[in-house]
Amino acid sequence: MATFKDFRNNIKPNWCPGCGDFSVQAAIQRAAANVGLEPHELVVVSGIGCSGRISGYINSYGFHGVHGRALPIAQGVKMANRDLTVIAAGGDGDGFAIGMGHTIHAIRRNIDITYIVMDNQIYGLTKGQTSPRSEVGFKTKSTPQGSVEPALSIMEMALTAGATFVAQSFSSDLKELTQLIEEGMKHKGFSLINVFSPCVTYNKVNTYDWFKDNLTSLSSIEGYDPSNREMAMQTLMKHKGLVTGLIYQNKERKSYQDLVPGYSEKPLTEADLTISKEKFDQLVAEFM
Amino acid sequence: MISQLSWKVGGQQGEGIESTGEIFSIALNRLGYYLYGYRHFSSRIKGGHTNNKIRVSTTQVRSIADDLDILVAFDQETIDFNFHELRQGGIVIADAKFNPTIPDESRATLYAVPFTDIATELGTALMKNMVAVGASSAVLGLDISVYEGVVQEIFGRKGEQVVAKNMEAIRAGAQFMREQLGDNIQLMQLEKADGKKRMFMIGNDAIALGALAGGSRFMAAYPITPASEIMEYLIKKLPQFGGTVIQTEDEIAACTMAIGANYAGVRTLTASAGPGLSLMMEAIGLAGITETPIVIVDTQRGGPSTGLPTKQEQSDLMAMIYGTHGEIPKVVIAPSTVQEAFYDMVEAFNIAEEYQCPVIVLTDLQLSLGKQTVEPLEYDKIEIRRGKLVTGELPEIPDKGCFKRYEVTEDGVSPRVLPGMKNGIHHVTGVEHDETGRPSEVAANRIAQMDKRLRKLKHIQFPTPVHKHVKHEEADILIVGFNSTRGAIEEAMERLERDGIKVNHAHVRLIHPFPTEEMLPLVQSAKKVVVVENNATGQLANILKMNVGHAEKVFNVLKYDGNPFLPHEVYTKCKELF
Repeated sequence: MATFKDFRNNIKPNWCPGCGDFSVQAAIQRAAANVGLEPHELVVVSGIGCSGRISGYINSYGFHGVHGRALPIAQGVKMANRDLTVIAAGGDGDGFAIGMGHTIHAIRRNIDITYIVMDNQIYGLTKGQTSPRSEVGFKTKSTPQGSVEPALSIMEMALTAGATFVAQSFSSDLKELTQLIEEGMKHKGFSLINVFSPCVTYNKVNTYDWFKDNLTSLSSIEGYDPSNREMAMQTLMKHKGLVTGLIYQNKERKSYQDLVPGYSEKPLTEADLTISKEKFDQLVAEFM
Repeated sequence: MISQLSWKVGGQQGEGIESTGEIFSIALNRLGYYLYGYRHFSSRIKGGHTNNKIRVSTTQVRSIADDLDILVAFDQETIDFNFHELRQGGIVIADAKFNPTIPDESRATLYAVPFTDIATELGTALMKNMVAVGASSAVLGLDISVYEGVVQEIFGRKGEQVVAKNMEAIRAGAQFMREQLGDNIQLMQLEKADGKKRMFMIGNDAIALGALAGGSRFMAAYPITPASEIMEYLIKKLPQFGGTVIQTEDEIAACTMAIGANYAGVRTLTASAGPGLSLMMEAIGLAGITETPIVIVDTQRGGPSTGLPTKQEQSDLMAMIYGTHGEIPKVVIAPSTVQEAFYDMVEAFNIAEEYQCPVIVLTDLQLSLGKQTVEPLEYDKIEIRRGKLVTGELPEIPDKGCFKRYEVTEDGVSPRVLPGMKNGIHHVTGVEHDETGRPSEVAANRIAQMDKRLRKLKHIQFPTPVHKHVKHEEADILIVGFNSTRGAIEEAMERLERDGIKVNHAHVRLIHPFPTEEMLPLVQSAKKVVVVENNATGQLANILKMNVGHAEKVFNVLKYDGNPFLPHEVYTKCKELF
């Protein structure tokens, strides 16, 4: 049995000291070990940005793609080999700006992968511009007078797009984050986990202290039922999206792989590449 | 008796023009005739003039004909649009319902046949296309019984009565036409064909079938004209092999999803046309630097932007060779016939895996959508080669080291392991990287990795990089083309030869890396080189000049009005240059 140490490699991340992404890295490593994976059974696909480097910092198969496209690459990997555990990871710019089209459609397609977004409400690697998650009035290099565009309510968006697993966490809470990633990996379908992962260099508003003061744990809300989509939506709206925990899970709906007709139960990578003479003749005859 | 003729049916889009052409041509194909079709259509669902031109011959034909023998018209617009194509002695068969007239300057004869009235009398006006099929068949002297099988296949599920009624409509149309023609019935009787069974398909069918035979089990694609038939065929067939097609949210997702699936080890394709390829360019670069095999089909249509979405053009050439920022190894293959499209797809997957790079299979609208008779495809020619794909057990790498997925090798190709393999862990990134895939900006490493990747193309093997039709050691003219212009060039060549001009023909099949060694002697031994292509800037001519030189004797024959070349156009232009 692999332990979380087996998922560590000898690469030193190029993140700033204190970056929230370190905890996400640790949580993925712990969750992978906790669900019983061996390193070669995991593929981490990531986007571009500081957080996109995460696929290189985990001892597993890793694919660091192009900006905003972690999700289609990850879905392709899973469709090719359904025995692999696939995690897609990236930042809020990657997933909710340039890659938003893929995010919505990956949610509604419901292929069995886990998407972890390191949400710092800013563009870090390009040295401090506004993100779709920045609040109105947020001053950055690209919004010197303060942003006039409202922030995306990403968890509500996921619910309306038909998500079957929606969770949110905070990088300071390694225990909860690890547990949510584990649950996401076990979930049969697409799981979205948004993680508040502060940028200590460029975001001086949404700091660790700010999150501690503003986040509400769903476990503190009496009677909260994550199978109740309406309750999830109301709770998110009431708390302006600033909640942590499992927000919503639909265990009834099957994953894409289990719904699509004819799709092999064995990994497609094991499929025979040749077709029989008999089958070939049959296909040819259809054109006669 | 004649051995070949051209037939065209026209009317409003959505009123059964397609099915008229389809039923007529399936019957002719079953009788053993060689067919070559061309569809004129617009980017709308219903309305607007549409027509389907079919050339019928007792020998293989690969081009639409210069003129027209028979025009079947469901409205006056069809006559007004197309009568100029009719040869002297040609005929128009038109629905009597709209009181058809033929312009005075026409050299053709008009026959008004009550398509709609005969069909209505038999039960429903919907069968007017069957009446037209019957009338056409009478002109050619076809045995009507050939339709029994065809009609049964199309209408069988609607019940015996529908089948019988449709057959009756065909018979009635034929009977009416025979009476109208009287003694003129001798004029266009077709010689009997050999009755051999042959495939009748569009290039996109062959591409899809080739992908299937070539081991592809997954496709990610976004609908677009003229590529959609590829995904439509594969979504019907792939589930029989455990695979599937995902219709993605856009072409960027299609290409990157295909990259993900190929990385994981499944032969995956995507197919699109110019606008989609433009969106895929960044991802193509990713496949290049990560050395991920991928096959991408580009069915060229009129550009730029939305351009002429339903019309013929060959203007993506430069974009396919050079598209994507930075420099990557890439292979561009251009089939010139439907058969080649099939085999090229199999080979494209082999090359993609052997050289671990993107392979673009380039077609054009006429090759992708022109329905034609295809000589048998040979099962034994299908071969699967996966290159340096590592199978079996791997030795353990100490100290959490990584597998050298990007090992610098002599041929530039490195061993490839698939995710899921024990002891094969490595990193894959679009960032410049070292031999294990770890990001690296070290200058020496950059040079080593760039050289390694680009070196792969030097060793590329493609069975027929140039289709050569070379009869002369010294030629007056070397005609060069690619994709669907082959038939028009071949026919023009015959006519030029009859005029005493020595002509060689080279059809470029491997566009990139350019087959310079194959082309150079042909260019050297010709007085003039004429490059025939459906674009406005002479892209192939420029590539030829760049690689082979001899710019002084290279001439352009260009057509970019949205229509394919006719044989006489190539002939006339070559003649003018001579």
